[in-house]
Amino acid sequence: MRQDAARMTDKKKVRKDIIRGYVIFAATLIAAAIILWLFPNKVTAATTTTWNYFLEMIMILPAVMVIMGLFSVFVSKELVVKYLGKTSGIKGILLAVFFGALPTGPLYIAFPLAAALKSKGASVSNIVIFLSAWACIKIPQELVELQFLGFKFMAARLALTIIFVAIMGLFIERLIAWTDNRRIGISPEVER
Amino acid sequence: MSTTAIFINLFALGCLVFALVKDRGKTKQSIGVAVKSLIRILPTVLIIIAVIGLLLAFTPPDQISRFIGEQAGFGGIIAIAALGAILYIPAIISFPLAASLLQGGASTAAVAAFITTLTMIGVVTLPMEIKELGKKMAFLRNGLSFIIAIVIALIMGVIL
Repeated sequence: MRQDAARMTDKKKVRKDIIRGYVIFAATLIAAAIILWLFPNKVTAATTTTWNYFLEMIMILPAVMVIMGLFSVFVSKELVVKYLGKTSGIKGILLAVFFGALPTGPLYIAFPLAAALKSKGASVSNIVIFLSAWACIKIPQELVELQFLGFKFMAARLALTIIFVAIMGLFIERLIAWTDNRRIGISPEVER
Repeated sequence: MSTTAIFINLFALGCLVFALVKDRGKTKQSIGVAVKSLIRILPTVLIIIAVIGLLLAFTPPDQISRFIGEQAGFGGIIAIAALGAILYIPAIISFPLAASLLQGGASTAAVAAFITTLTMIGVVTLPMEIKELGKKMAFLRNGLSFIIAIVIALIMGVIL
């Protein structure tokens, strides 16, 4: 019952957010119209650019949303925690990148998931890599990047990000282990 | 339709067919999620596209390139990376924005830095990250992400 009530308020909030989005959009359109009315010589430049970007976006947006929807339903959170909690080494790193890249949703959904991973005994490096991959290596995101910035830009940034995120994960793991050890050395009763 | 757009749509179609074969109910649910997300993100997308049109019409390219172009150098990259870390806009929308900056004369490195910090670092979501994972891990991850974003950007600037 309480869950139902929570879902109801959640739904209401979502609807409110959506309406607010469209209201702001309408306001933007009106503001843009006024600006262009004041500067008629800019009309062609502004509308052509906007129209081109609109076309580029509308050709891929429904497809990107379908891919996002499929991943978010088919890849369950339990699945991620189950596999990532116990895998380590190179395999762990690759799995963390893979699982970070698959499911979709804003970063704040990933934090509780990362906390669950932590309690399941996943390594610090896996958690950091998973979070970072969730944030910036999403398959639907990469597709939009491909559309707007081209293959070379997308591929180079993707490869570099995976490499540096993995290095960062391992580095943070060492650093945390090192500071924890030092603290234990000084006062053994301090909790980890 | 560009090749990229065709590829993305075919990829989506492939995923959809695969999902339908595996589980009809879940696929239906996924489509529902997709439609809802589309309705939700559409106004923001349209706002950004309208702003891009105005931005490119009113800011002369030499203005953009003076701040974040080739001649702006390292300072420009740091500045736009910091902006990316603070701003909170969905990644999907950041790419057309990034493309418009490139078109307007921004350097590859600056644009790469902007996208990377925008997606990887969240000043807005930092309190939540601290709550779930602790101060040490949250600060280390966000701080180091800023540094690697700059490194990634500089390498991108050299190789592209």
